[in-house]
Amino acid sequence: MSAHASSPEITFHAEHSGTTKRIWKTFWLLSALTILELGLGLLIYNIHKGDNPNHTLVLAFKGMVCILTLAKAYYIVSVFMHLGDEIRNLIMTIVVPLCLFIWFIAAFLWDGNSWKTLRNRYNGMPAPVEKVEPAAKEKGAKD
Amino acid sequence: MSTAAVQQGTKWWSGGRSPFNASYGKVMMWYFLMSDAFTFGAFLISYGTIRFSVNNWADPNHVFNAFPFTGHDANLPLAFVSLMTFILIASSVTMVLAVHEGHNMNRKGVEKYMIMTIIGGLAFLSCQAWEWTHLLTGEHVAMLSDGTLSVLPTTVKSNPWGAALPHEAIAAALQTTPHNQLTEIAGTLHHAGGEAHNVAAMSNAELIKFIESSDLHASNTGPIAFGGYFFGITGFHGFHVFSGVVINLVMLAKTRMGHFDQRGHYEMIEKAGLYWHFVDLVWVFVFLCFYLI
Repeated sequence: MSAHASSPEITFHAEHSGTTKRIWKTFWLLSALTILELGLGLLIYNIHKGDNPNHTLVLAFKGMVCILTLAKAYYIVSVFMHLGDEIRNLIMTIVVPLCLFIWFIAAFLWDGNSWKTLRNRYNGMPAPVEKVEPAAKEKGAKD
Repeated sequence: MSTAAVQQGTKWWSGGRSPFNASYGKVMMWYFLMSDAFTFGAFLISYGTIRFSVNNWADPNHVFNAFPFTGHDANLPLAFVSLMTFILIASSVTMVLAVHEGHNMNRKGVEKYMIMTIIGGLAFLSCQAWEWTHLLTGEHVAMLSDGTLSVLPTTVKSNPWGAALPHEAIAAALQTTPHNQLTEIAGTLHHAGGEAHNVAAMSNAELIKFIESSDLHASNTGPIAFGGYFFGITGFHGFHVFSGVVINLVMLAKTRMGHFDQRGHYEMIEKAGLYWHFVDLVWVFVFLCFYLI
């Protein structure tokens, strides 16, 4: 452990191992995940090129790519940014607010999809015209 | 956790110590990055909403299939962007190695890895400059709203990434296309055809014959929002990379001047590192949303 004297408010310093083994392990892991993503990307490309692309299959592969991306994000934050070495209080004050993204993504993609449905249903239809009969004149009313 | 023994019985919230066991500056860097994550998240989610709301979107494998020095007709989807991704991952590793050397109070090591990180950042920015230039000066042909064909670059106003036009539609559209647009289209073709043609001297009929003989590919104009989202989000990320490079240069200068040795710790390198890793983290998601899916 190094001769830190940074701030009096810090109770203890995290143990930093002398070797860089973990860093390099994470680098190879991130590279492998990226290559896997590229492989899936090329697979999606080749499915798209075909005459009758299977949309369920494409969606499944895209979902897999999303999961791999989340795994990459986890390793970058946990190892490279050392969040995994911090105490639970710091981890929670960062991670808990980020849970807002769950609603954020779901709600807005849902909204986009509903927008498309409405567009496809009503586009090209004539705009509805409200027909109002002229009010019948009451007897004895003055013009 | 290796520090479990120290934590036992520590009253984190009763004052006198940081409840996060981190310096003020580091905690605030984390909060800044969290708010920046929401900014990027909002941009990407807005892009997702628009993309979900239209029936056709530009196919990334078609848009991003170019690579420097491979010529006009190369079809290499995902290749260039993978290069950019690996550059950024590599510079992230050199950054974390610089932080590691800082923990060991090794000034020479910090300097070495900071220089490597800065070079990685500059390489990434150069790649992005090439890609933007390539799209903004693109040579793809699209059918405009007036039914004529024209060379259309990718800008925030329009782009040629709609559905491909069938051969008969192209032939019909060529008949109504004015002379200057025909010359421009023919101008994009002659380096594919081998021998150089003097397109400026040709008549309309000659131009149409020349264009049809070189198997022209053309498409409808693409979704208008595509350019704005692509240039907006990758530009905002590129600006983060640029400011990260500037921060790293300042850190390198301060390391060289011995400021951190005087202070007794290299925590500033850690904070700059947090920012740099965040830039890499955002790229992971930009890469996913624009290039992979």
